[in-house]
Amino acid sequence: MSIRLGGILFGLAITAVLVLWSLLPGAYNYAFGPAPEKQPSYAFYEHGEGPEAGFSFDGAFGKWDYAQLQRGYQVYKEVCSACHSLKFVAFRNLQELGYTEAEVDAEAASWTVPGIDPATGETTTRPGEPTDYFPMPFPNSIAAAAANNNAIPPDLSLMTKARHDGSNYVYSLLTGYGEPDPEKAAKVGFETPPGLYFNKHFPNVNIAMAPPLAVDGQVTYADGTNATIPQMATDVAAFLTWTAEPSLIQRKQTGWFVIGFLLFATVLAFLSYKQIWAGIKPKKG
Amino acid sequence: MSFAWAKQYEPQTAFTKWLDEKLPFPRLVYNAVGAGYPVPRNLNYMWNFGVLAGFCLMIQIVTGVVLAMHYAANAQVAFGTVEHIMRNVNYGWMLRYAHANGASFFFIVIYMHIFRGLFYSSYKAPREMIWLLGVVIFLLMMATAFMGYVLPWGQMSFWGAQVITGLFSAIPLVGEPLQVWLLGGFAPDNAALNRFFSLHFLMPFVIAGVVILHIWALHIPGSSNPTGVEVKQESDTVPFHPYYTAKDGFGLGVFLILFTTMVFFLPNYLGHPDNYIEANPLSTPAHIVPEWYFWPFYAILRAFTGDLSIPFTGIVLIPAKLLGVIAMFGSILLWFFLPWLDKSPVRSGHYRPMFRKFFWFGLIPTMIALFICGGAPAEEPYVVISQIATAYYFLHFLVILPIVSQVEVPKPLPFSITEAVVGKDKPGGTSGGGAIDAGSVVEGLPGTATDGSLQPAE
Repeated sequence: MSIRLGGILFGLAITAVLVLWSLLPGAYNYAFGPAPEKQPSYAFYEHGEGPEAGFSFDGAFGKWDYAQLQRGYQVYKEVCSACHSLKFVAFRNLQELGYTEAEVDAEAASWTVPGIDPATGETTTRPGEPTDYFPMPFPNSIAAAAANNNAIPPDLSLMTKARHDGSNYVYSLLTGYGEPDPEKAAKVGFETPPGLYFNKHFPNVNIAMAPPLAVDGQVTYADGTNATIPQMATDVAAFLTWTAEPSLIQRKQTGWFVIGFLLFATVLAFLSYKQIWAGIKPKKG
Repeated sequence: MSFAWAKQYEPQTAFTKWLDEKLPFPRLVYNAVGAGYPVPRNLNYMWNFGVLAGFCLMIQIVTGVVLAMHYAANAQVAFGTVEHIMRNVNYGWMLRYAHANGASFFFIVIYMHIFRGLFYSSYKAPREMIWLLGVVIFLLMMATAFMGYVLPWGQMSFWGAQVITGLFSAIPLVGEPLQVWLLGGFAPDNAALNRFFSLHFLMPFVIAGVVILHIWALHIPGSSNPTGVEVKQESDTVPFHPYYTAKDGFGLGVFLILFTTMVFFLPNYLGHPDNYIEANPLSTPAHIVPEWYFWPFYAILRAFTGDLSIPFTGIVLIPAKLLGVIAMFGSILLWFFLPWLDKSPVRSGHYRPMFRKFFWFGLIPTMIALFICGGAPAEEPYVVISQIATAYYFLHFLVILPIVSQVEVPKPLPFSITEAVVGKDKPGGTSGGGAIDAGSVVEGLPGTATDGSLQPAE
């Protein structure tokens, strides 16, 4: 018995030595190795906070602001859609933004989508129908890269879910263009590479997208709202939140109903548990 | 397979009598989770998680089967069909969020279940088989969860598949061909996605099968309990139904409130934004991380930054990557030996002062540190913290636990569960009880019945 125990302990000790042995080089490197270098551009990155007033859909009781979603759609249509696709959204979905069926028909028809000539079978273009999806701005990714300084404009359908804190990120990115602090830039020798633009809210601060919202009043809103750059950025961020998750508000409302029911059921379950155990719980003392 | 005082199933109607003769399924349920299963009366809420884990498995199977009706495992369209589920399928968003968060909650519940087992030494005789089957279930769950995460074919799906199958390439000689064989190609693509979907559909049913074995093995000795003292008499137990069905029902309600809060209000909180970007083999994400429930093991994998070599010669015995892979798999396979590493005759951590200190101030902080390091980027100070934590993890199970179990002086145990609950019980008053003082109970292994405890199989 004691020999067996000794053998086990010996084996364990060898294992422990092996573990420590293989971990030591890393620890040594940490203590005495060179510090990792960071690119100078990281010094200019700032985390974007989003619009000051927040979004109407924020929080557990959030609601869509339909006028805002329609304005955001207008910004997408007149500005973003030149380069960015929205491939998971169909024109019929626009009805959820508060448009009537006739308005959706008209809106769909204002877009040109690829089609097939029914007489000859050749590819052609035709006005969109509600069942069509938003068209791609470029025929393929090579054409997209060629037209955009070798950067492919990403699809925007899921953008606010594909970035951390996405709605605020989109707003911040659109309002984050500018120039780096010249003193700081001179100190670390930072320069925006040719063909790229400085944006303090883009992870590596050099973005290939030219400032899409350049001047106030770039879009003339149908509802007369003053189209400042922050206003347009907020509206399009809200619209892209809807495209990323059309069920957002329905989800939260369903959630309250479900949790309300479960609270009720859990209280009942607790009371029946107490009643069933009443006879078995020990009397203290 | 039950205690002598267990209630017997008595069919009441002509139909149940007929059924009981032909296929005694109601009798099986009655004996497994009904009034015919006597359970220690002192179980706390930590004993709720087994039932919750079974419930999670059912949620995953039901939502998963429906999702599979709308999903297509093809690399060209997989990402789009997931968006189709989110946008066009009735309540598809709810099914998918319930399935994705259901996986996370399954792991939360399983980790609580495992830590319950570790603290109360539920793995000790006579319950080794339950523990071993539990480790098998955990390994199957990890494989299933990993393959499920690949199916949406987002960036993290793709690169996660690349990294995890890349682990096999660390095996000497056969590693590279093995990885190609597992993926059905040189990189994750249609072949890999298809087989992952097939296996992801199959494995929950394999898990369900092992769960049945797990519960079967549980019913041989019966449930353990917070004192670690075996059941001796009828007053130590209550029937599972209605006592624990009612208690577990309340626990299930609390669980469902937490679960639905995540599903309906924070469904993407536990996920990674990069997985909403379609898989792109030409663009590597800045920071590849697995899902949160793999972080502790991922930290162990990455803790090995140096090759195991003979000092001053430069001869590499084991490269760092292989060391990491061995350690990561070893960290779980280790659990298979736990019943024999911990030799203390006392089960419950409440009566083991030294074990308890190492558990709360050693193992738990280590697991938290590994969890944080696994989710953090591979830079300092996380690397060195994960190295210290990895070393402690192995030392805890391989060295500290066996030594503690030999040198520790346990606190006196109560004579019986009844005494622990009510405060008094007469030794020798009922069947099986022997005149025994508390100090001598700690001698000998539990389950060998030196303390006069009953084995229900007897």
